[in-house]
Amino acid sequence: MRSLIAVILLAVIGLGLALCLSDMPFGANHIATAEKAGRHYLEKAPQETGSANVVTAVVVTYRGFDTLGEVTVLFIAAIGLGMVLYRRKKQEGKPPQPASFVLQTGCCFLFPLILILGVYIFLHGHLTPGGGFQGGVIVASGFLLAYIGCADMKIRHRWFEATESLAGSAFVIAGMAGLAAGGSFLMNFMPKGNFNTLFSAGIIPIIYIAIGLKVGAELTGLIANLLERAE
Amino acid sequence: MLATVQNCMVIALTVLMLAGAVCACIFKDLISAVIATAFVSLLAALFFFLLHAPDVAMAEASIGAALTTAIFVIAIKKTARSEEE
Repeated sequence: MRSLIAVILLAVIGLGLALCLSDMPFGANHIATAEKAGRHYLEKAPQETGSANVVTAVVVTYRGFDTLGEVTVLFIAAIGLGMVLYRRKKQEGKPPQPASFVLQTGCCFLFPLILILGVYIFLHGHLTPGGGFQGGVIVASGFLLAYIGCADMKIRHRWFEATESLAGSAFVIAGMAGLAAGGSFLMNFMPKGNFNTLFSAGIIPIIYIAIGLKVGAELTGLIANLLERAE
Repeated sequence: MLATVQNCMVIALTVLMLAGAVCACIFKDLISAVIATAFVSLLAALFFFLLHAPDVAMAEASIGAALTTAIFVIAIKKTARSEEE
């Protein structure tokens, strides 16, 4: 019975998608508006935003509002998990078995290097591939490694929550500043500097640093919640 | 010459990804299934890189292959390891 319902649901969803997409020239190379926008980004983005990485220019300036939405979705997911796990405090059982010497030393050696890689990626988001989200996730994976390798590792949730909210506010404030400077939300109101150097592209590096810190702190808190609380 | 090499790589990657996805579906041991999905994610990251999308490749490798796998493994460790019939 259940599989029958599943098959019917799948058929309905598939039919709906097919109907919605049937008018679109799928995969065609001549969707007029999309091609126009894409070409505009590729040709004009370096001059308009001062960012060497066009993907970053699109994510942070042209589609900056979408990025705010993405960050909000992540935030809501983290809050939801925190709520689900809040009540189940870990009971004081026997402490987990410590990892072997080789594993502990390896984790302690790799942890700072991974953090530096993550920070590098979100600092250089406007120059090299990558950006706030990728860098933040790499920072969080460094903390995950430390958590797994060192049994007595514990983060201070207060500090991570403070970082997260400050970074989130910084994003919105930077966007509002663009509005106040007489343009639109997230307008690039700062000097663009020399193309392809670290201090360039105006507001973009600031926003990517905020996103990187926010995503890193959020995902680290999420992993720490999972590892500490639920049992 | 270069185009042929790239075509061969694309075909090999596609076949390996499909194999990994099928394995993830049929494995009864959930840890093995999660590792199979991580394998698919890693190959997808390589695929994105071949298609000149390093930004997406980085996101796929760090989120799909590292973080999601870790969260699944933690969840499985705290529940049941094997799928029941």
